[in-house]
Amino acid sequence: MFQTATEQESVIIPRNTLFINQKEASQGATVNRESRETVGQVKVNNPRISCHNVNVFYGAKQAINNINLDIGHNEVIALIGPSGCGKSTLLRCLNRMNDTIDGCHVTGEIFINNQNINNREIDVVPLRAQVGMVFQKPNPFPKSIYENIAFGPRIHGLANSKQDIEEIVVTSLQKTGLWNEVKDRLEQPGISLSGGQQQRLCIARTIAVSPEIILMDEPCSALDPIGTAKIEELMDELRAQYTIVIVTHSMQQAARVSQRTAYFHMGDLIEVGTTKQIFTSPLHQLTEDYITGRFG
Amino acid sequence: MNKLNISPRVTGQPVSNKTSDLVKASLAKRHAAERRFKRYGIAAVLLSLTFLLLLFGSIFSKGYTAFQQTYMKLDIYFDANILDPLGQRDIKKLSGADYNALVKATLRIQFPTVKNRSDKRALYGLVSNGANFMLRDMVLTDTSIIDHSKSIWVPASDDVDMLIKGHIDRAVPEENRRLKDNQIQWIDQLIAENALEKRFNSLFFTSGDSRDPELAGIMGALVGSCLTLLITLLLSFPIGVATAIYLEEFAPRNGWTDFIEVNINNLAAVPSIIFGLLGLAVFINFFELPRSAPLIGGLVLALMTLPTIIIASRAALRSVPPSIREAALGIGASKMQTIFFHVLPLAMPGMLTGTIIGMAQALGESAPLLMIGMVAFIVDIPNGFFDPATVLPVQIFLWADSPERAFVERTSAAIMVLLLFLIAMNLIAVLLRKRFERRW
Repeated sequence: MFQTATEQESVIIPRNTLFINQKEASQGATVNRESRETVGQVKVNNPRISCHNVNVFYGAKQAINNINLDIGHNEVIALIGPSGCGKSTLLRCLNRMNDTIDGCHVTGEIFINNQNINNREIDVVPLRAQVGMVFQKPNPFPKSIYENIAFGPRIHGLANSKQDIEEIVVTSLQKTGLWNEVKDRLEQPGISLSGGQQQRLCIARTIAVSPEIILMDEPCSALDPIGTAKIEELMDELRAQYTIVIVTHSMQQAARVSQRTAYFHMGDLIEVGTTKQIFTSPLHQLTEDYITGRFG
Repeated sequence: MNKLNISPRVTGQPVSNKTSDLVKASLAKRHAAERRFKRYGIAAVLLSLTFLLLLFGSIFSKGYTAFQQTYMKLDIYFDANILDPLGQRDIKKLSGADYNALVKATLRIQFPTVKNRSDKRALYGLVSNGANFMLRDMVLTDTSIIDHSKSIWVPASDDVDMLIKGHIDRAVPEENRRLKDNQIQWIDQLIAENALEKRFNSLFFTSGDSRDPELAGIMGALVGSCLTLLITLLLSFPIGVATAIYLEEFAPRNGWTDFIEVNINNLAAVPSIIFGLLGLAVFINFFELPRSAPLIGGLVLALMTLPTIIIASRAALRSVPPSIREAALGIGASKMQTIFFHVLPLAMPGMLTGTIIGMAQALGESAPLLMIGMVAFIVDIPNGFFDPATVLPVQIFLWADSPERAFVERTSAAIMVLLLFLIAMNLIAVLLRKRFERRW
């Protein structure tokens, strides 16, 4: 889909052809390639998450610059962009996972349900229960399938009796479509599942603590097409209940699962819009370059 | 399009023969290097196995005889005139009676021809001093035995034992021999009467140290080692693991933690005798705790073991994949919950390995214990953490230092007991590790 730098060097394309293609493709884009202003529809009515002037620094290095972005209720928003553009960094701001990185410093305000969570006084424990996260590589705990899901409700005190916990485990597995596949082997280690099942187990673990928002950091990058399809299907179902923010490297995936898409470039939020608009008539030249595979 | 920049692979030209020849030539060299390296490895393993076998072989061949001891049959008449001339049957007086006289009387009856004073002394020397204690114990448990005769087996003296085991050469001239000609004659007579035989040396496993090799046992040192290591484990494992968790998971990275880290690493390399001096100065001189006690030994060894455990535990914590931490934090576990429910179980096998290495080191350590008085000659088996005690390596050192020939085999036997102790400890560690080990 997108070429790496080395491929660009080794595969020889006549220069003039490249220019011609670019010109043809750039007919719709109106914003100049040099501009770093965010274009498109940043604000939404009644947002669930609202980022204001978010900057992230790793030591002295600034990873993302002044991001303003609203995320609405019950939508899937895809964050796309080339490697190192800061999309995962922004994602990790939303549940303060950046706190765990030494030397990471976040400024600006992030409102979730009208509460600024980028505040030392906010306790991350309830925040992370409210904003769940699914990681790039499936990372089930090295415990049984049952224990993987029961851990969250137990530590948060969501269920007190054994039956309550069991009920949560069952409904979480049902919601992720894993129930029929694992109902006979709940005592087996979570690691014994296939990659796709492990990732769905991780999603089940996340929704077991009834979050409002689910963050997904390239959840399908380690999965095969069938596993990917199942997760994407699942995201569509979960949208009814949760707000989902997904970081993905696959533009097809972004196009398939999301309602809105945000394109990042070198730490800047370049363009936000409905997925349809971003992929059919991007406003910014950089967005256009990225989605047409000019660079990546 | 510059043709010079295009590699053969891109243009689809066949790789030139010259290149493949070069590759082939280097291939032979590479394979040779690989084989050579493998051979070096096998040679190293064989060499170390040879040395190990030599070591074990020499220890075992020297030490196995210590598990047997020569006993002598004596027909003892528990003479009331010697033991209890007043006929009171008073336990206190009976325990102070002259049991040696019974043994002497029996020997005089058995060898009526011995009249000379020095010959008599030589005759009495064939029986171990332990016989007295055996007789006393018999009388004290059952006073009705007085005025009766009983044939009992008592330990022979170490010289008799050595002769029977073939460590004293009869061909050596009499003046260079521990046993004189007449003693050997009596021993032969006893053998002929079936009054001398080798039996399993249960005394070695049940008694404490003694000046008489035939009475010396390993039990005191074994119990001392157990008590000392128990203290060491109870102190160093929790403190070491807690330190590692704090430094690895909670402490901020700054000058102070760097300073502490450097110091811990340095402490791991400090000679153990320094820890002994520290124990002497702090625990005994300053806190005035009893010397020679397993408590102090355990404290000193715990200090010595801590750096090993801390370093190993930190490495174990560091090797837990960050994805597990993220997973737990991601669903809202607090730092403590993340560490105790997820990180610690995964790090436990590594921590246990570090602990067992530290404990094995502590088990084999004698130098620091010399400084705090655990080198003393202690006969009683310790009953608690404050009783004077010694430990296995110190016992080995003491016996190796003793002049009697019979202590040679006991030294080797003690080494065997120490090795068995070590193997048992490692076995427990392996079992524990198996229980905690999980794949991820």
